[in-house]
Amino acid sequence: MFEYFNPYRIFKINSTLQKIILFCFISVLSVGLVEALFLSPEDYLQKDSVRIMYVHVPAAWISLGIFSLIALLSVSVFLFKNKNFILITKSLAPSGMLFTLIALVTGSIWGKPTWGTWWAWDARITSMLILFILYVLYILTFRIFEDQDKSNKISSIIAIVGAINIPIIKFSVDWWNTLHQPASISLTEESAIHSSMLIPLIIMTAAFALFSSLIFLMKYNTELIKVKNKGLKRL
Amino acid sequence: MYGKKVKLRLLFLSLILVVLILTIYLVLKSLEDNVVYFISPTEIKELGEIEYNKKYRVGGMVKKNSISMSSDQISFTITDFKNEIDVKFSGIMPNLFSEEKGVVAEGMLKDKNFLEASKILAKHDENYMPPEVREALKEK
Repeated sequence: MFEYFNPYRIFKINSTLQKIILFCFISVLSVGLVEALFLSPEDYLQKDSVRIMYVHVPAAWISLGIFSLIALLSVSVFLFKNKNFILITKSLAPSGMLFTLIALVTGSIWGKPTWGTWWAWDARITSMLILFILYVLYILTFRIFEDQDKSNKISSIIAIVGAINIPIIKFSVDWWNTLHQPASISLTEESAIHSSMLIPLIIMTAAFALFSSLIFLMKYNTELIKVKNKGLKRL
Repeated sequence: MYGKKVKLRLLFLSLILVVLILTIYLVLKSLEDNVVYFISPTEIKELGEIEYNKKYRVGGMVKKNSISMSSDQISFTITDFKNEIDVKFSGIMPNLFSEEKGVVAEGMLKDKNFLEASKILAKHDENYMPPEVREALKEK
C-alpha cells in the first residue's frame, strides 16, 4: 500500500500524466479558442469585446478555486503538520497567481471599451487585487523563511486567513453597489448567458483547468527533486 | 481521537478566524460608504447635507427619452424608478452608454436634483446574448 506513495513512483506517474494532460490541454484549448473567437456570436451590446469574457471568467473561477483548495489543504497542514500537503499547496500556488493576474488584466482590457475606464476601485475588483497580493505573499513566504517549519506555518496561516477573502469576492457584487456586473451563472437559476456563448465559456474553463493541473504536476515534480537533492528519502 | 496538540491548534485556529471575520465584518460595515462604488438617486435624496466640493458617484438607469445633446454638452436623467437626478456632462461618452442601460456618473452635486459630471461610466448588466436573440426578445 505504502509503495504507492513513495516519491519515486509518484514522480514516474506524474511524468506520464503530464504528457496525457498536455495533449488534452492542447486539443481542448484549440476547440475552445475556435469556438470563442470564431464560431460564437458577438454580443448585442458589447459586440466583439464579449470574447474577452471567455478568458476572463474561466481565469477568475480557476484562481478562486485554487485558492480555496490551498486554504483547505492548509487547514490540514496547520492542524496535523501534514508536510506532504505543503508540497501540493506550494505547487498549486503559481498557476493560481497567474490566473488571478490574467483575470485582472483581461478585466481591465474589457473595462476600457465597455465601462469607459481601465480600473475602478469597486468591491469586486479591489478584492480580486487583494487575492493577487495574497498569492504573492503565499509564494514569497517559502523564499523569505529559510526554516521550513516556520515557512510552513506562516504560509498556511496566510492561506487560511486569506480564505475569508473568497466569499467577499464571490458576494461583493450582491452585497454592495459595484461597477462590476453581478454573476450571470448560478447553480439554481437559469443562466443569463445565452447557450451559444455558454458553450465556449465551459470549454475554455476546462482548458484552463487542464493547464493549471499541468503546471501543478510539473511544479510538484520539481519539488520532489528538491526533496531528493536534500538527501531526504521522504519529508 | 486526535491528540491534545491537534485540539489545541484547532481551538486556536477557530478563535483566530472568528475574531478576524468579526473584525472584517465590522470594518466593512463601518466603511460601507467607501465600499459601495456608487449611490442611487434615492440615497442622494436621503442625504442630510450635500458637500458641494466632494465628488459623488451616482448610478442607475438612463431614463428613456431623456438624452439631449448640444454641440459640447450632453444631458440626461438617471433614475432608479423611485427618484431621478439630472446629469450634465461634456466629454467622451463610453460606447455602451444608451437609454435604459446602467450608468454611473461621477461629479459635483449642485443640488439634490442636479449633478455636474466629470466622468461617465457605462455599467454593463449580467445578460449576454447574440443580436438575433435580442431582436426576438424585443418582438415579444
